[in-house]
Amino acid sequence: MADLTTNFLGISSPNPFWLASAPPTDKEYNVRRAFEAGWGGVVWKTLGEAGPPVVNVNGPRYGAIYGADRRLLGLNNIELITDRPLEVNLEEMARVKADYPDRALIASIMVPCEEAAWKAILPRVAETGADGIELNFGCPHGMSERGMGSAVGQVPEYIEMVTRWCKQYYDRPVIVKLTPNITDVRKPAAAARNGGADAVSLINTINSITTVNLDTMSPEPSIDGKGSHGGYCGPAVKPIALSMVSEIARAQETAGMPISGIGGVTTWRDAAEFMALGCGNVQVCTAAMTYGFKVVQEMIAGLSQWMDEKGYESTSDFVGMAVPNVTDWQYLNLNYVAKAKISQDDCIKCGRCYAACEDTSHQAIAMSEGRVFEVIDEECVACNLCVDVCPVENCITMVQMQPGEVDPRTGETVQPDYANWTMHPNNPAAQAAE
Amino acid sequence: MAKGQMASGIVAGRLSADVLAENFSDLHPPYAPHEAAVAADRCYFCHDAPCVTACPTSIDIPLFIRQIQTGHPAGAARTIFDQNILGGMCARVCPTETLCEEACVRETAEGKPVEIGRLQRYATDTVMAAGVHPFTRAEPTGKTVAVVGAGPAGLACAHRLAMLGHDVVIHEARAKSGGLNEFGIAAYKSTQNFAEAEVRWLLQIGGITIETDSALGRGLTLSGLRDAYDAVFLSIGLTGVNALRAEGADKDGVRDAVDFIADLRQAGDLAALPVGRNVVVIGGGMTAVDAAVQSKLLGAENVTIAYRRDQDAMGASRFERDLATSKGVRIMTNVQPVALHGNGAVREIELEYTSSEGGSLKPTGETVRLAADQVYKAIGQTLENAPDGLNLDGGKIAVSDTGRTSVTGVWAGGDCASGGDDLTVTAVAEGRDAAMDIHNSLMG
Repeated sequence: MADLTTNFLGISSPNPFWLASAPPTDKEYNVRRAFEAGWGGVVWKTLGEAGPPVVNVNGPRYGAIYGADRRLLGLNNIELITDRPLEVNLEEMARVKADYPDRALIASIMVPCEEAAWKAILPRVAETGADGIELNFGCPHGMSERGMGSAVGQVPEYIEMVTRWCKQYYDRPVIVKLTPNITDVRKPAAAARNGGADAVSLINTINSITTVNLDTMSPEPSIDGKGSHGGYCGPAVKPIALSMVSEIARAQETAGMPISGIGGVTTWRDAAEFMALGCGNVQVCTAAMTYGFKVVQEMIAGLSQWMDEKGYESTSDFVGMAVPNVTDWQYLNLNYVAKAKISQDDCIKCGRCYAACEDTSHQAIAMSEGRVFEVIDEECVACNLCVDVCPVENCITMVQMQPGEVDPRTGETVQPDYANWTMHPNNPAAQAAE
Repeated sequence: MAKGQMASGIVAGRLSADVLAENFSDLHPPYAPHEAAVAADRCYFCHDAPCVTACPTSIDIPLFIRQIQTGHPAGAARTIFDQNILGGMCARVCPTETLCEEACVRETAEGKPVEIGRLQRYATDTVMAAGVHPFTRAEPTGKTVAVVGAGPAGLACAHRLAMLGHDVVIHEARAKSGGLNEFGIAAYKSTQNFAEAEVRWLLQIGGITIETDSALGRGLTLSGLRDAYDAVFLSIGLTGVNALRAEGADKDGVRDAVDFIADLRQAGDLAALPVGRNVVVIGGGMTAVDAAVQSKLLGAENVTIAYRRDQDAMGASRFERDLATSKGVRIMTNVQPVALHGNGAVREIELEYTSSEGGSLKPTGETVRLAADQVYKAIGQTLENAPDGLNLDGGKIAVSDTGRTSVTGVWAGGDCASGGDDLTVTAVAEGRDAAMDIHNSLMG
């Protein structure tokens, strides 16, 4: 049985599944239930300054995108940081941490971009015994209009500055949570590192309007006929998050920096993928909000079983293993040639591959008598669209051509050596081989 | 004296009104909107979809299912009605398991097709329940067409002709329109007087007059119709019934299954409808199943379908056979009736085992007797009183692909015409196609 214990920034937790700072972690009651259900750690719902707390809207805070059977694929929210008094949150955090010393408890913080504000709150957070802090530089709605959240996360200089204050006034690990609402996520990540951050966590939510009500012409969630962009999360955002994580993991300025992966983690497999791209652990929110805290049990069992099958004894055995395989397009091997192959035994004759290829791609699938669909190798560019639209898993596969074979599309012999765009004769900037 | 199912003879009220209501409720209850959305989502939107090819009326099934999926059941209904104006009834009675759903690629993949019939019902119900008729008539052409028989073929033909601007008079032999939709389908497939409501809805197109109690041989002649109208469409069905060739076939208690089915559909109170304690149905088609299942649902204690060949040769689909056995009907195959015993009324039926190996039916000489106080004959219907002068083919009116008969100006379709399965959906297709040919011929 694989050991799921993770050590992230020196913070130990029995598994790599933490609940992200969000509604599920807003109070003691929820967090105790989460720990009882098996979550390895919790990032407490973001704390604000002492004094009168923020207020939330009194209408819908969430909007959703659905797949088949109303399966929730994407969730959007316009909720702000905790709307409970700072003292209450701090007292609860201290009690919970004392009762669950083996679980990670992180305080998420968002106060104004002023040194005094940070200097004031950090000692109070430290007193709770929390294992570390996460700086909320990500929330894209509401707080950003007041110069906090993603308004900070979009300015690398601010990130560096605030991170530096936190490292100065707080002696436990500092995690910087990044917004995806930015052109190049490597810049804020590098700023966090320069400021002395121990880790980054990403992604926070993405600016979004989930739907427009076509009767009222209001964006949703709609508050009295008006809508405001919210933060998008859930399974739909996972590909965006994976890409951003990978960029930080492989960038020179940030390589090796610990990452806590966030963004649509719903199953053990999602978690394993984030970790393979360099995340030491993952944070989850939408899956818990959709299915309840119990969903972590599948994640724990699934990850453990997969690690056993692969022979990984600890999560550190596979963290980052996929990072070396993330590269730039220009380094992809242009001598790699594949052809789609349709298994006639598995084909159910729906013809989706044919429609997709014939109408929108390369006219590389032939349809013949009896609804037989076959690939025309002379036309196939191995784009994979047929694989993607085929409803039967593994019915269509991409088969690599072997060196020495002639590609019937180009008439050229498949070469055994690696050659990419930087070496290609069509590239005006190509370096001719010596 | 024993009551209920155990009461001997042919008696009414074997089951309570509550049980009867439950027994005769919708066989395939309508979808709720979310069920429809989930079912619709299973459709793969196949290229050149096999379900469309398998549909005798060629409904664009993937398109209408996608319209349901995107929240437009009324648009879906329009797609259906464009091809099949009786799409509401076909959604209920089509043997989808041998048509569209058999061809569905998810049947190939998982043995669980997209439930096309129920989705079609969802779409068509939406529009029909709202009383919306989505078609309007073209400018009047001044042409008149006589349609003989207000069954599925006649109604489909009349609607299409009316839509194209022609005036149509339907001559219907019975007092009520609908044909087999009204008289020949198991009650649990057409609940709440659906057939009647559908005819009313269809007639909203306008330009169609129905004259009931009006039939060939009863005041009407084909030559008279040809003189009075610009074209004639015959959809007179099969009103003859094959005779049972067995000793004692004339005893009391022996009936045609189609009459029982019609009586049941028209019965105001099922508890007042008598049924035997021991019922034997002779035949192997849909009619046999409808009669047997409904006998059982009315409270008969023992119901047996006796068919002379093997299961595979039965006209009833696998689904229908399974339905029968699930309701407690016993299906005996390779038996044929040789004698009915009883003093005046039938008490027992004597069946002889047969061998049908290699296709030819041979009696084995071994017989068995079953208790039977009611015997229903469901051994096929025949064309009766075909007008003189029409060429026949295999006992039916010979027609071309578009329904033309051997007589100029006369078309025919539905069960009375050659070609096609005797299904509602086939009749609709034949009526529709004949209407288009009539239109082209009149306007050409």
